[in-house]
Amino acid sequence: MAAEPAKVDPMYQFTIQPLFGSEGWELAGYNIAFTNSALWMAITTVVLWLFVLGGMKREVVPGRWQMAVESFTGFIDDMLEANIGKAGRKYVPYIFSLFMFILFANVLGLVPFGVVGVHPFTFTSHFTITGVLALLSFGIVLVVGFLKHGLHFLSLFVPQGTPWYMVPLIAPIEFISFMVRPFSLALRLFVAMMAGHLLLEVLSTFVISGGNAGAGYGLLVGVPTFVLMIGICALEILVAGIQAYVFALLSALYINDAENLH
Amino acid sequence: MPQIAQLAETFSSQVFWLLVFFGLVFFVVGRGMVPKVTGAVELRDRQISDDLAAAQTARDRADEEEEAWRKRENDNRAAAQALVADAKAKAAAENERKLAAEQERLDARLASAEADIAEAHKSALAEIEDVAAEATQDIVQRLAGVSVTAEAARTKVKEALHHG
Repeated sequence: MAAEPAKVDPMYQFTIQPLFGSEGWELAGYNIAFTNSALWMAITTVVLWLFVLGGMKREVVPGRWQMAVESFTGFIDDMLEANIGKAGRKYVPYIFSLFMFILFANVLGLVPFGVVGVHPFTFTSHFTITGVLALLSFGIVLVVGFLKHGLHFLSLFVPQGTPWYMVPLIAPIEFISFMVRPFSLALRLFVAMMAGHLLLEVLSTFVISGGNAGAGYGLLVGVPTFVLMIGICALEILVAGIQAYVFALLSALYINDAENLH
Repeated sequence: MPQIAQLAETFSSQVFWLLVFFGLVFFVVGRGMVPKVTGAVELRDRQISDDLAAAQTARDRADEEEEAWRKRENDNRAAAQALVADAKAKAAAENERKLAAEQERLDARLASAEADIAEAHKSALAEIEDVAAEATQDIVQRLAGVSVTAEAARTKVKEALHHG
């Protein structure tokens, strides 16, 4: 009997499927099917809500859970204060929501629910999602910048100390770099999350195929790959945190441009 | 790549549900709960700094009290030392006086004893003169067979005694 070629599509994990027969749902002519992506957004929201709820006891001497929640809010608070200053405190709700939403989405997507038959879906591996989040941050920058400084906000494209004769050259470059921000913000998160999950999926097919091909291949290919996967899983948890942090930090830095125009 | 392949059919649903759930997170968690958490942190920080300030004032007051106590103690010690010095000086003066009195008494006794001795010396000398005069009278009587008067013998003895 010839061995069946493994039919594992590493990209299949990113497929969006409507759930509960909701593929026909529409709102103002647009399809709003409740997909597996939406389900994991809901799960992320609920888990995040429960997490923060556990830190709402407001005890003077905090318990472990309250301590954990407070360390997250304190982390965001410090980051905004360091990058924006006193004015940064009013962005704590937004940056905290952004950071925690992305962090929980990334981490929940890594939890091996597969062993109990549930397939986690990492919605941050879709550029539709990361794009909308990046546009939200970019939109806040534009709104804050123009509301606070008016048309003077355009002087952002002329860095301080630029000689006048360099302005025609510098301004377009600055403008392009400014306009690229939402794309780089969105792509960074999307690519990091997709690449990690793709790598894990490819490596897992090595383990399965190697094991199916016999004990020798299993020992030669499967076992080392499995060890590598464990390491990469740890790395992915790190990446999940770092990418959430980078997204929040860059959003804070961009808001700083709008808040404290040079 | 489902992200691109499914873009057209899933775009609206993705954006819609993201806005719904991220909106929920932002308004319920971010706006609703986070300020309470940071408020609790601030409350605690303020309480801690208040407590620290109170502890500092209490400490300052304790330092002041200690300073005052030390000053009082030093004053008391100085007063006690003055008292002791005074008592010492008084005792010394009393001793001096007593010693002087004793010395006087001893001096008086010494003087009277010396006077007694001088008296005894004088009477002893007189006795010697008498004995010598009698002996002279006797010797002259025996040797020369001349009888001298007691007066003459006494005068001669006195002269001899006085002139060596």
